[in-house]
Amino acid sequence: MQLTKDLVAASATPLVLTILSEGESYGYAILKRINELSHGELEWTDGMLYPLLHRLDRLGLVEADWRAPKGQRRRRYYRLTGDGHAALAEQRAQWTVITTTLKRVWDDLPMPGPGVDPMAGARWETS
Amino acid sequence: MTTATGDDTYDLEAEIAQWRTYGIGRPGVDQTDVDELEDHLRSQIEELCTAGLGTDEAFLVAVKRMGRLDELSREFAREHSERLWKQLVLTSDEAGRWDAAERRELGVVLALAVSAAVAIKLPDLLGRPLDDPNGGGFYLRNASLLVVPFLAGYFGWKRSIDRTVVATLCGVFAAAALFANVYPFGGEGHTEILTGLHLPIVLWIAMGVAYVGGSWRSSGRRMDFIRFSGEWLVYYALLGLGGGLLMAFTAGAFNAIGLEAEAFVFEWVLPAGAAGAVIVAAWLVEAKQGVIENIAPVLARIFTPLFSLLLASFLAALLVTTTWLDVDRDVLIFFDLLLVVVLGLLLYSLSARPPLADAGLADWLSISLIVGALVIDVLVLAAIVARISEFGFSANKAAALGENVVLLANLGWAAWLYVGFTQGRYRFDRLVRWQTAYLPLFALWAAFVVIAFPPLFNFS
Repeated sequence: MQLTKDLVAASATPLVLTILSEGESYGYAILKRINELSHGELEWTDGMLYPLLHRLDRLGLVEADWRAPKGQRRRRYYRLTGDGHAALAEQRAQWTVITTTLKRVWDDLPMPGPGVDPMAGARWETS
Repeated sequence: MTTATGDDTYDLEAEIAQWRTYGIGRPGVDQTDVDELEDHLRSQIEELCTAGLGTDEAFLVAVKRMGRLDELSREFAREHSERLWKQLVLTSDEAGRWDAAERRELGVVLALAVSAAVAIKLPDLLGRPLDDPNGGGFYLRNASLLVVPFLAGYFGWKRSIDRTVVATLCGVFAAAALFANVYPFGGEGHTEILTGLHLPIVLWIAMGVAYVGGSWRSSGRRMDFIRFSGEWLVYYALLGLGGGLLMAFTAGAFNAIGLEAEAFVFEWVLPAGAAGAVIVAAWLVEAKQGVIENIAPVLARIFTPLFSLLLASFLAALLVTTTWLDVDRDVLIFFDLLLVVVLGLLLYSLSARPPLADAGLADWLSISLIVGALVIDVLVLAAIVARISEFGFSANKAAALGENVVLLANLGWAAWLYVGFTQGRYRFDRLVRWQTAYLPLFALWAAFVVIAFPPLFNFS
């Protein structure tokens, strides 16, 4: 499924924070984990992860350092800071509100059938 | 078709290296970013290869997944907008640490700046006060002598110039000290003021020999010296602005608590700061060379058309009103300064121009500027010659006239060469070499004024 750009961008920060809350990691491993968690449905342009990580670093939510564990290449490892944990908790609370609300509404409505374009309404409204 | 195996001719490292250089050149992306992205690329390639892809295919897929470099660099630039501004870092490594050579140079610069500041204050402390009504001429004659040798010392140290050059420079400075101080100046002191104005020119160009590391015959190195002089002037003016603010706040802050600080500011901070800033500005120019665009050529680019316009409208006004120039000494000095400005605009336009480029609009603007200045100057000269034949020579008139002739000769021949260049008769290099060859003549004329004028005009 092709997710809209805005949605991917909005969910990127909580996703990365969540993955880092499982333990420190580096760029490639973070992307692999996102892929795993979303069963390959959430597609990113790989490179875009790094400016995001740098922003989180600047905001003090993560900290980074270059390290070369035995037998591996030198990599920049990121780990969550105290502020990062707090931000994750906050994000999680906010997202929970949204997902539970949407779920509650959608549970009462039938899913549009196959052949019906889910975006048709939106397109019609904006035209 | 490439198969997954058997492509041992494929050079992955070369591909990655090329991809790297392609990424590093982009705004907003720095070395460590590319390191990080490269690690990502390699991890991806390894995984794809394990999954059975050939190295070449894996590389293509990994690069594709990484995203387009221009979009990526835009994203990096948004996050690191400070990187889009070239910073004048005075240190060589990114963490802002100084290596041993830089520390040594900074030490030398600070020592020389302090020495220059002490040197400028020393005569004052030894009974030659700055504002002495009787001995005020001392600083007028000697200020440049108290500072420029330290600047020459900096470049002498930095370029490790050989002994003969050191000896020559010492000789020049000693001679300058002699001629500035042995003459019995008196009366209204016109020749004394002339010495004060011309000695800095001699010393600055002598210092240029240290700047070019002794290879003063080379036209290219002389052009470097001209570039340096322009940049130095810009940096000195900036330091002066900052220094002015500093002094104003010093005086204001201490006045607020009832302490008189003006005397201290004008007698200590101003002279010491002005002397020290000469060395510091030179050091800044050295440090930023190659890091930041030169500013003097930019100013020349901006003001060349504006000055051309000024000269054209002035000429038109002369013709329309048919006013004859009211020529006295001040007017002559004014037009001397105009020629200096025109020469400066020309020099810094030349210094930044790609020597092999064809003639363009900027060249025609420069030519019209020179020609306009020449036409006006010939009118002024005609008027002044008439006046001198009526009232005779004075030291000031003679000096102003001499300067005018020196500049006129320079610009006249430069205009000739420049027009010849646009018609394809001369190479552009001729014009540059004419200017660099002319440089010693300015020093010679200034030296002549310092040495010969006082006795010629009875030290008046």
